[in-house]
Amino acid sequence: MKIASRFLTPPEPAATIQLTLDGEPVTARAGDTVAAALLAHSGDASRLTARGAPRTAFCMMGVCFDCLVEVDGRPNCQGCMVQVRDGMVLRRQRGPRKLMGGAQDA
Amino acid sequence: MASGTSDIAIIGGGVVGLSTALGLLRSGRQVTVFDGADMDLRASQGNFGLVWLQGKGADFAPYAEWTRDAVAAWPDFAGGLKDLTGTDVALDQSGGFEFFTDSEEFSDFAAALGRQQAVLGNRFSHEIVSGDDLRRSHPGIGPDVVGASFCPLDGHVNPLRLLQVLRCAVLGAGGRLVTDAHVVDVQASGGGFDLTLRDATRVTAERIVLCAGLGTSALAGKLGFRTRVRPQRGELLITEKLAERLPFLSSTIRQVDEGGVQIGGTKADAGPDDSETLEVMAGLARHAVQVFPALADVRVVRAWGALRVMSPDGYPVYARSRLHPDAHLVTCHSGVTLAPLHATALADWINGSVDAPNLEAFDENRFALSDAA
Repeated sequence: MKIASRFLTPPEPAATIQLTLDGEPVTARAGDTVAAALLAHSGDASRLTARGAPRTAFCMMGVCFDCLVEVDGRPNCQGCMVQVRDGMVLRRQRGPRKLMGGAQDA
Repeated sequence: MASGTSDIAIIGGGVVGLSTALGLLRSGRQVTVFDGADMDLRASQGNFGLVWLQGKGADFAPYAEWTRDAVAAWPDFAGGLKDLTGTDVALDQSGGFEFFTDSEEFSDFAAALGRQQAVLGNRFSHEIVSGDDLRRSHPGIGPDVVGASFCPLDGHVNPLRLLQVLRCAVLGAGGRLVTDAHVVDVQASGGGFDLTLRDATRVTAERIVLCAGLGTSALAGKLGFRTRVRPQRGELLITEKLAERLPFLSSTIRQVDEGGVQIGGTKADAGPDDSETLEVMAGLARHAVQVFPALADVRVVRAWGALRVMSPDGYPVYARSRLHPDAHLVTCHSGVTLAPLHATALADWINGSVDAPNLEAFDENRFALSDAA
């Protein structure tokens, strides 16, 4: 279940691009970071820690590592340090990454 | 300013000092541990956490025996610490590998293990495995590995948690722990000892155990000891956490119980400098990928240098001062492996009990000749 995002989009959105999050289509503003796009999409947790606690982006400046997300098959990417690209495939991480990369499905 | 008196003062609050303190407390002694300053060189905060037997004492039987006893005592020791503090140090003794990419180093080490086997007999066992056999039993091992040794008695703990648990255990057993207490001077006086801390605090103690790691050399001479120690730098990497368990433990690659992979084992004489270097870090990463190519895609998240505490011959020193018999000196490189004995039998030796182990082989009189030279 999604909760309403606390982050408001500006009145005149720039060009939009399409990406997917866990297979679902997501529309994002060009130029945004992955972390910003995920926050604007929903206020949901974007990953679970190794002990199963929910997390999403916090510092938005590359320091806290709470925004880790799988980007195009590469785990543990800092969402706040990567710009969205058309067709990007994002997956939420559930727990630590796997040795051979890939999805984090339990 | 004076700050009380203790039965026994332990100088040094690392793994060695705390283990020794715990044993003395359990024997009924009143103990105060003086832990150094934040910026002191602390082997106990940078080490690898191995509980390791293979290769130890191949050419010095007393060390092979002592290490074997320590490894055997670890399960009870870890269980006792958990009972005392409620915290698990993540002891895992399911065996460890030493991987080789150089045939000559491999055969030299195999020969050393043969000598260790001859010393320990049925109290030790090891296997020498060819690269191809290894890749059959452990399919992820890389093609550059020419062979490995395996000892089923080897293992590891979480070293930072061990340090924390030892501190809790010492406090729980009624010990006093004084932090930020760098001892700058110690003098024998009237049957006891006067200690001076850096902030000029004065403390007295009836007996002293010097367990100061790399701080040992500065104080040893004042108590009549001839032992001097030197730093040996090791550099370490740690990776992001992995969901799976690595299918092996080695002396250079271990997975922390929390999931990260620690890579280390380098040795350098760099003086009191614990910084890390790009060249050595790159070499460590290369080694890890040679041994286990799947690690190539895994990111390193931290790296650090740390200084080992090395006696002149690398073996432990357990010495009673000839000038001041109530002063003892304890130093070793393998403070984690030997901790269970430091927390039991060593207290008997310090107390002069009749059933104390014979530690004569570890006395500092073995350094007399090199001093005279």
